[in-house]
Amino acid sequence: MYDAPNLEKTVDQKEFKITADNVQVFYGDTHAIKDVSVQIEDNTVTAFIGPSGCGKSTFLRCLNRMNDTIDICRVEGNILLDGENIYDKKVDPVQLRAKVGMVFQKPNPFPKSIYDNIAYGPRIHGLTRNKADLDIIVEKSLRRGAIWDEVKDRLDQPGTGLSGGQQQRLCIARAIATEPEVLLMDEPCSALDPIATAQVEELIDELRQDYSVVIVTHSMQQAARVSQKTAFFHLGNLVEYGETSQIFTNPIDPRTESYITGRIG
Amino acid sequence: MTDLSTSGAAAPRGPHSSSLLVQDANTRKRNAAESRFRLYGVIAIAIAILALFALLGSILYNGSSSFRQAFVVLDVYLDPAKLDKDGTRDLEKIAKVSTFGYAPLIAAAFETKFEDPEIGVEGLSAKNAAKLISKEGPAELRRYVLANPDMIGETVQFEFLASGRIDGYYKGRVTMETAKLDKNVSPEQLQLADQLKEAGVLAIKFNTGFLTRADASENRPEAAGLGVAILGSFYMMIVVLCLALPIGVAASIYLEEFAPKNWITDIIEVNISNLAAVPSIVFGILGLAIFINFAGLPQSAPIVGGLVLTLMTLPTIIIATRASLKAVPPSIRDAALGIGASKMQAVFHHVLPLAAPGILTGTIIGLAQALGETAPLLLIGMVAFVRDFPSAPPEGFFDPAAALPVQVYNWTQRSDPAFVERASGAIIVLMVFLLIMNAIAIVLRRRFERRW
Ligand SMILES: Nc1ncnc2c1ncn2[C@@H]1O[C@H](COP(=O)(O)OP(=O)(O)OP(=O)(O)O)[C@@H](O)[C@H]1O
Ligand SMILES: [Mg+2]
Repeated sequence: MYDAPNLEKTVDQKEFKITADNVQVFYGDTHAIKDVSVQIEDNTVTAFIGPSGCGKSTFLRCLNRMNDTIDICRVEGNILLDGENIYDKKVDPVQLRAKVGMVFQKPNPFPKSIYDNIAYGPRIHGLTRNKADLDIIVEKSLRRGAIWDEVKDRLDQPGTGLSGGQQQRLCIARAIATEPEVLLMDEPCSALDPIATAQVEELIDELRQDYSVVIVTHSMQQAARVSQKTAFFHLGNLVEYGETSQIFTNPIDPRTESYITGRIG
Repeated sequence: MTDLSTSGAAAPRGPHSSSLLVQDANTRKRNAAESRFRLYGVIAIAIAILALFALLGSILYNGSSSFRQAFVVLDVYLDPAKLDKDGTRDLEKIAKVSTFGYAPLIAAAFETKFEDPEIGVEGLSAKNAAKLISKEGPAELRRYVLANPDMIGETVQFEFLASGRIDGYYKGRVTMETAKLDKNVSPEQLQLADQLKEAGVLAIKFNTGFLTRADASENRPEAAGLGVAILGSFYMMIVVLCLALPIGVAASIYLEEFAPKNWITDIIEVNISNLAAVPSIVFGILGLAIFINFAGLPQSAPIVGGLVLTLMTLPTIIIATRASLKAVPPSIRDAALGIGASKMQAVFHHVLPLAAPGILTGTIIGLAQALGETAPLLLIGMVAFVRDFPSAPPEGFFDPAAALPVQVYNWTQRSDPAFVERASGAIIVLMVFLLIMNAIAIVLRRRFERRW
């Protein structure tokens, strides 16, 4: 059913990292995502904006099948990653999530040491053979997460003992330690101060060289600063999707305009 | 002050609630309610503590004496004329002399004691004096001789248990007046006991036998001990721990983390909660029907007791484990799944360590419950009188044994008042074990929690 049309699509969608096709999401009877189709490009930062409860997190969680963990959640439609349907029966969500990393809305470090927080992913994916390699990965990830200087002297202390903002950067570092191809970030900066936010934004821009980054944010300025593409969600619908500059300067849909000028909230 | 009252006047409460220094009626009412509630709390706790002290006090008062015991030290001449008439030292021949044959040796030892002018009571023969010694005495003497036949012909110093009445005399249970009416003891014997105590022959000592000896028959309370019961309870706890912990934890993990939430799992969940509330004697009937009548396992065996107690403990462990798994924040699971851990890895690497303290506490509470459980064990024959120690595991699991709470029940059924003391002593032992288990639970929990 799925396979035949996908084959021909693979050709013309090559530059798209992720292609979502008529995606519907239901929580029990609640229709949370209505018929969303979107193409997410590689080496691009895509921002999802929209009022609270409009389904940004829900849609983001579809992209690495985190919604599978919610019993009442049902996803319909196709989502292709590199032309392969991630909702295909043959796909193992665990393998998918190693490719599509995620940073959650609330910082959720493991109650283990800072070192183990970062090392856990590479360990279970067998990315390293020895301790020295692992040390290098941990340091690199913490540096890219803009938190190395703050924690380098206490790597053996619990990650839960950090401040909220530090925890969030630890989670970002943890997500990139497994070298994903796509990084999904659900409001990664909501707990950060302006300095850390700037560091994370810089990091996102840097990650764009290698990855496709999808970021949910409530800050218009942030979306304008870091993203190349912006998608505006409203009540479960994808209202408008396009170049960030176009969305912010010249929105087509009146709802988008009211939202970015602060009239729907 | 002026500032306060002006701003207060502007408040909607009205002009009289203005000063913060005066409580208004509403606050007073709330404070009164709070202090009343605190008072109830203090009263409730005080009553509970009083009841606990009364209970512990009475048990300690009645039972602590079972750890002390009167012993009589005698020099016994192992007379070859009585034990080995032919002088062949042939074990088989020696074994033919029954316990009765050894009683005269003890009487003879008293005869020797009477040579001391300080010792001896008018009208008390050596044979009657020998009744100061427990009926267990000759049996012990015989066991000793059979183990050391070379000692025949020698004089050996022996420490005998004093009889239950003499022991009771020093614990206040027996007096000269009651002795007059008692066919088991006479005032003369008590006088002699006093003389022996004076001479240092009779002494009150710590009673290790209470912990190491097997149960004894109705008329030898002084020789009754908890050895078999402690061993039996210990074996059962091993069985329960080895079965209930892995099965319970595995079942809870499956139900909580993996099983789909549908009506089947709902029914299972309700049933587990119901099982926890099933009266324990029902499990005894179940054990009797399944393990003994159907599976053909031996009666009174720790393995059957352990299996029945496992069935009883499982719901407790499952409920505790599921509660502690539920208490682990879901964000931890998301975090692990989000970086590509499998469900199993997420559970075993992250959720289970966080739930471990709760699981441990639940398990030890379950074990403690099982340790104190009596009713189901009565049904599977653990109430039998067992004199022989079960052998070492694993065969020992199939040998007859007693259990601590059943031993308490057993002893309270006996008529000799000396067993009241024994039963209370057994309760003390049981409670010490429970205390130790709880202490272990606390220590283990601390250990685990220190790793955040
Ligand atoms: N686990 C769930 N069970 C049931 N309904 C849910 C669940 N998660 C989300 N929803 C519903 O789906 C809709 C979209 O929620 P979602 O979390 O995606 O919003 P959001 O756009 O991320 O909002 P916010 O900006 O506040 O994070 C909401 O109406 C919400 O009530
Ligand atoms: Mg959200």
